[in-house]
Amino acid sequence: MGLFILRRLGLMILTALCLTFIVFWLTNLLPNLEKLAKTQGNARMSDEAVVSWLENRGYGQPTLIKYGEWLGVLPGYVIEGQDGTVRARCAPIGAEVDDTTPAFCGVLQGDWGQSTVFRNPVSEIIATRLGLTGKLMGFVLLLMIPGALIIGVLAGMREGSRLDRGLSTVSIMSTATPEYVSGVVLIAVFATPTFGMQFFKGTATSAMENATFENFLLPVVTIALYGMGYIARMTRASMTEVMTAQYVRTARLKGVSFTNIVMKHALRNALIAPFTVIMLQVPWLLNGVVIVETLFNYKGFGWTLVQAASNNDIELLLGVSVVSVFVVLFTQLISDIGYVFLNPRIRIS
Amino acid sequence: MEELSWTGSFGSTLIPAITIASAVFLAGVILQLVMGFFAPEVKLQANTDGTLQSRGGLLGQLEKINGQVFTLIVLLGAAIIVVSWFMPYGKAGILGEIIKRFLPVWIALIVTFALSITFKRKLGLYGKLFDSTIGMIGFALVMFWVFTSIFVGVFDLIATHDPLQQISGIKNKTPGFPVPDGQDADFYPHYLLGGDNLARDIFSRVVHGSVIVMLIAPLATVFAFMVGITLGLPAGYHGGKLDTFLSFVANLILAFPVILLFYLLVTPEIVATGLPNFMGAFLFIFPLIFCGVLINSRYKTQGSKNTLYLAIVLVPLVLIYLMVISDTASPLVVWPPALDFIAIPSGILVVFVSVVFVNSPTVFRIVRGLALDIKTRDYVAAAQTRGEGTWYIMLWEILPNARGPLIVDFCLRIGYTTILLGTLGFFGLGLPPESPDWGSTINEGRKLLLIYAHPALPPAIALLSLVLGLNLLADGLREESLKD
Repeated sequence: MGLFILRRLGLMILTALCLTFIVFWLTNLLPNLEKLAKTQGNARMSDEAVVSWLENRGYGQPTLIKYGEWLGVLPGYVIEGQDGTVRARCAPIGAEVDDTTPAFCGVLQGDWGQSTVFRNPVSEIIATRLGLTGKLMGFVLLLMIPGALIIGVLAGMREGSRLDRGLSTVSIMSTATPEYVSGVVLIAVFATPTFGMQFFKGTATSAMENATFENFLLPVVTIALYGMGYIARMTRASMTEVMTAQYVRTARLKGVSFTNIVMKHALRNALIAPFTVIMLQVPWLLNGVVIVETLFNYKGFGWTLVQAASNNDIELLLGVSVVSVFVVLFTQLISDIGYVFLNPRIRIS
Repeated sequence: MEELSWTGSFGSTLIPAITIASAVFLAGVILQLVMGFFAPEVKLQANTDGTLQSRGGLLGQLEKINGQVFTLIVLLGAAIIVVSWFMPYGKAGILGEIIKRFLPVWIALIVTFALSITFKRKLGLYGKLFDSTIGMIGFALVMFWVFTSIFVGVFDLIATHDPLQQISGIKNKTPGFPVPDGQDADFYPHYLLGGDNLARDIFSRVVHGSVIVMLIAPLATVFAFMVGITLGLPAGYHGGKLDTFLSFVANLILAFPVILLFYLLVTPEIVATGLPNFMGAFLFIFPLIFCGVLINSRYKTQGSKNTLYLAIVLVPLVLIYLMVISDTASPLVVWPPALDFIAIPSGILVVFVSVVFVNSPTVFRIVRGLALDIKTRDYVAAAQTRGEGTWYIMLWEILPNARGPLIVDFCLRIGYTTILLGTLGFFGLGLPPESPDWGSTINEGRKLLLIYAHPALPPAIALLSLVLGLNLLADGLREESLKD
């Protein structure tokens, strides 16, 4: 088991390195850097000025070296610019470069860099935004998991019954409704006077400080709906499989009541597979979070991703991608380990 | 011209009737579900006189009534469609006029269904689809949009106005608003679903949007399948280092948040470097490899036939490939621009490439899993004993036997691709902002959603119905293919 986790961790770190390098390379392509120079420096810079601006700030180095510096395994640059000032990667903006300037400053040293759009340290931005998104995700999971499990178990209890058909159709409908469709429809119906049912608010900006039923229900429902159908279908599949198992038939022949069979015999075994699916669903929720936070103007992690990406805020974008890649990989790891722990057949062998 | 109401002269008769019938039906279904909980599980009851009864008592009665109510709803719906066709313009309301505009689609749908149901026993899996209600509903929804896109894109029917035409005075106006006087006599006198923020006709934009979706989504899915199959079969069949490497790359792409990837690939700065063109050049070569290997592995032993077939298939494909990837505006020019007859707008190419790129790893994993499963079968062992080549075994023994799950996944994946296209449009990436595709129109509409709700709803519902149709179709296909 220990070896298994270690191997998974190693693979995870390798994946994270590859992915961050790809993001780093794409954001550091020359046209992107030119745009950065023009937005940060002067919009009407000449081509030579752009080149020297980039050279002075260490953007002219080879991509691999820059990546190493960002990661913190190579010493940060110290460049005497053509304008005479000495700039170092590790010196704060405006500060003198001297012996006290640390040699390494990268992600490994805890220095995530500075956002060029928000003019704040990246680690600070990500921490606050992640907290806000955490709140959203928490409520989504609270609504989604019980809902999906109940629908799935009820549908899978009696395969082919009318209840099964009805609930399966509901879950197909929910998987066919992407967040931007359900969000738009929910806002139009429940947050505008068009249909005479204006019960909720169409923006969740106020929910960042003070989440109430009125301003937070629609975004939470929007995300939960899309994920719910998939989990419900997986639960249903696993429940129908368990219900046809030998031991359930034995219990029925012994005369155990249907409720007892479902609650005591089938349910626990049927919930192993959905656990994996729920964990793997978390990365998908990340997508929904980006859409819903943009649609409802809730300034969380997904909103930050859109801001960073559309403004080519390199260090913020890298921070955001590191976090999201780790979220994806960690949930995969947890689902693997959890599966082994939950399933005695695998655990013992 | 007067403003149209939603239901016109139906408003007092047929529409209330169908509303009441639907309400009764819904209540009945819910009641039935609740009662089904407590009712004993009864399949068939034998009566003393030798007849069979399906379910007696209150629940059985309810089932019967509900069935009749459903028939009534269907009949009322058909009556609305038929009656509205014979009403003069403007009497049937917005709904009636929209139904009239879709007349070619209704005819095509009825013909398709009549033919398919008549010959369903001779049509294999496709025919079996018409045994399942869910599958038929899904198929009808999908074919509705397929026919709409054909009639709009090829014959220029259905749409009432040009999707880009702006008429002053109809900005953000509600559905059924009349066009101001002073237009030509044959100019369509109303904006059926209202006008958007730039005073364009929403109805026409939605039906024109279906053309873009129907062009990109199925084709992109086909390409993703070609890439996934060409890489997944050897990975599953051979295993080893190749499998480890390809699986690692696939997991790498899957671990990327899709939206981040889109933002990184589709921004104008990245497009200017020609990266999407190079990715396109890489991804589009897989159909060539696939077709080439497919033919070569089968006819390898018949030299002249092999050369002939390869030439017939590969020469046009290679020409198309070169014309498609060569683009004078990008750094990738491999074909003389004078002979370049296919010019894909760079926006569409970028969207297409990124959608294929995101979809292929999932297809790869599915195909790899299927190949791992099927390679242990006896007929594969038989082919190995006969001394067939590995590509022959993969493409002519394993692939045909994996077709069931692949067809089902193909339907689901077209739906997923449609969702991805909508996501791209929702963030304003790729396609030009005036493009009528559903994602971009939803994006346009959502900006003023709290003030004017009507522009964003029609494209949202259109996208929902198409994806729902594809999902139901896949479900029906899965159910019917499992019955074998």
